[in-house]
Amino acid sequence: MNSTGIWHGIEHVFIEQSLVAAFAVVGGLILVSNYAAKRLTNGRVHGSAIAIVLGLVLAYFGGLYTGGKKGVADIPALAGIGLMGGAMLRDFAIVATAFEVDVIEARRAGLLGVLALALGTILPFIVGTLTAVAFGYHDAVSITTIGAGAITYIVGPVTGAAIGADSTVMALSIATGVTKAVMVMVGTPLVAKLIGLDNPRSAMAYGGLMGTVSGVAGGLAATDPKLVPYGALTATFHTGIGCLVGPSVFFLTVRALVG
Amino acid sequence: MIVFGVALLAACTLIGVYLGDLLGIALGVKANVGGVGIAMILLIAARIWLDRRGRLSKGVKFGVEFWAGMYIPIVVAMAAQQNVVAALTGGPIVIIAAVGSLVLCFGAVALLSRFGGRGHTGAEAAHAGAVIEGDADKIAPRREV
Repeated sequence: MNSTGIWHGIEHVFIEQSLVAAFAVVGGLILVSNYAAKRLTNGRVHGSAIAIVLGLVLAYFGGLYTGGKKGVADIPALAGIGLMGGAMLRDFAIVATAFEVDVIEARRAGLLGVLALALGTILPFIVGTLTAVAFGYHDAVSITTIGAGAITYIVGPVTGAAIGADSTVMALSIATGVTKAVMVMVGTPLVAKLIGLDNPRSAMAYGGLMGTVSGVAGGLAATDPKLVPYGALTATFHTGIGCLVGPSVFFLTVRALVG
Repeated sequence: MIVFGVALLAACTLIGVYLGDLLGIALGVKANVGGVGIAMILLIAARIWLDRRGRLSKGVKFGVEFWAGMYIPIVVAMAAQQNVVAALTGGPIVIIAAVGSLVLCFGAVALLSRFGGRGHTGAEAAHAGAVIEGDADKIAPRREV
């Protein structure tokens, strides 16, 4: 067998065993990241933070290479990454982390979580709408859709579809949400100390404020794994609340303001 | 049995997501409202219930904690399938809106985390950290509620 034959054989196995291949690839990625964390940063940077950033970098090149929207998961041999990191297994693993929750801590931070959820929906929306206005959007539908995108990349298109935004504005709205999620993943470990993100209570506030489940999931994994369930507990309500108020209260408010 | 742990986790997830869908419909929203959060609360309740009856076996714990330990790898896989190209080529409006809301929200976290003091970080939290980090060597026996 020549080298192309061997390559095709390997590719065939990767396609046929997609999820198993994803386990092996991700395991390898984490192995390299942990080694880099220990050797290159002397343990100052969490291995999982490096792995997540490495994942994002690979997603960028995967996206350039395939022209698709799902990073490396659009490469047939790595399609299993799509299943492994998709919403189904992501939510399954997030629920599993709840097994480690300290109930007393979570209950004590309940009110703080609600306050964080409210602020986490209103603040990004205001920033998003102001940005839209600054860039010359004057109709209530476009302004609301872009503002909703700043809440999360799901709230954006759900709101846009409900109030009839056009597709370029929708794309802009989704891109805003995705950019926010990516920045939360990368930025959280960098600012964690500064914002006091080192205990269950602040993790619940963080989850409600940042919202985007993928951003929060990645950001906390890279910062301190034991905080994951607390952040996830509040973050999971964020998108639903955003989808609730985006096309209703927020849209009506914007329409009343811009006419 | 390990499978009971996995099945318990699956049942909690399914019920939670279903209730989240119902809540979405009730509120007239085209999205799941807090399904995962409801599932988490169900799993916490199930843990306490089983523990009080002395039925929280090693197998059940292992079945759930295995998936908690797979959390970070799954998040890495999630990162590897983000639409990073779109994020980086979105132009100034996207960057400004995203950075602006991020800075404001980080500031709000800093403000809110000052309320009510710090939580405790005892042996239980260390156990949770080891499980979710997926480091089996560091997993210490937990103090049950």
